[in-house]
Amino acid sequence: METYIFYGLALIGLIVSFQKDKDKTRLALKKSWKSLENILPQLLTMILFISVLLTYLNTGLISRLIGGESGWGGVMLAAVVGSITMIPPFVAFPTASMLLKSGAGYMQIGAFVSTLTMVGIVTMPVEMKYFSKKMTLYRNILAFLFSLGVAFLIKEVTG
Amino acid sequence: MRRYRYPLIIILVIGLIAVFDRRSAALAVNNAGMQLRQMFFVLPPIFLLLGLLDVWVPRTTMVKYMGEGSGLKGIFLAFVIGSAAAGPLYGAFPVAAVFMKKGVKFLNLMIFIGAWSTTKIPMLMFEIESLGLKFALTRLVIDIPGIILIAFLLTKLISKREIEEIYENSENMA
Repeated sequence: METYIFYGLALIGLIVSFQKDKDKTRLALKKSWKSLENILPQLLTMILFISVLLTYLNTGLISRLIGGESGWGGVMLAAVVGSITMIPPFVAFPTASMLLKSGAGYMQIGAFVSTLTMVGIVTMPVEMKYFSKKMTLYRNILAFLFSLGVAFLIKEVTG
Repeated sequence: MRRYRYPLIIILVIGLIAVFDRRSAALAVNNAGMQLRQMFFVLPPIFLLLGLLDVWVPRTTMVKYMGEGSGLKGIFLAFVIGSAAAGPLYGAFPVAAVFMKKGVKFLNLMIFIGAWSTTKIPMLMFEIESLGLKFALTRLVIDIPGIILIAFLLTKLISKREIEEIYENSENMA
């Protein structure tokens, strides 16, 4: 939904820009295309890879791994699964809710949701193209550790 | 063509899977279709706006609002822009590249990435709906200081020289 707002903004921006300066607008379009094409191979690799992975790592398997009694082992597993997978929010949150209903614990779901959004192992090649290897690794490791903290606090609040 | 060798290899792998396990291959193709649709829907306006930003907004303006010395205002703006974003985390990186080119300071850049990853407003709506208000708000309240903490730690862990190199590299990416 919010993407339509961005389409609207981009369209208005382009019209205003074109009326002010045609050459600058052409340059802007050229830059847009160049920077998209620049990263396209990495994006395609990432998407195809995750598609194959998600075929085997499905909700049934995940809910068996991170049940409410699975404790910190389950939290670690949930965090790892969340780090590897990349799912759009309109699929991710209903999935998390389904996992809760099929027996996963709040602590585990907290770790899963947090790493799902903050840590991206399959997006790392893309991230490394923009930032350095070291910086990408550090950011993802810190986000992973932080997510374990989130899991603990979620348990304290909801449990 | 050489640049596209990895996607081509994975397509070959899916083809191979199809030989042994038709159902899994179909599922993989289905997943890929969904993810690709999302990508080609979300990315075009982001890149269009980036092109316009690059051409029209002067570096001095960006430095003033989000560069060195922008203080709390810069942190606040980084949070707002990241939270208003649409799309998966990989959409944040090209935006970050243009921000670097325009002189946004490293701390704000990291806060922007953190906000894009977890405090996106549309995402919060989904979370409240699926996991409840208590769960979503608890996470939000922990995430805001967490994002600042991670951003701050990263500025300490990465040396000045490495940050300069990352900024130089952004000239080729944006």
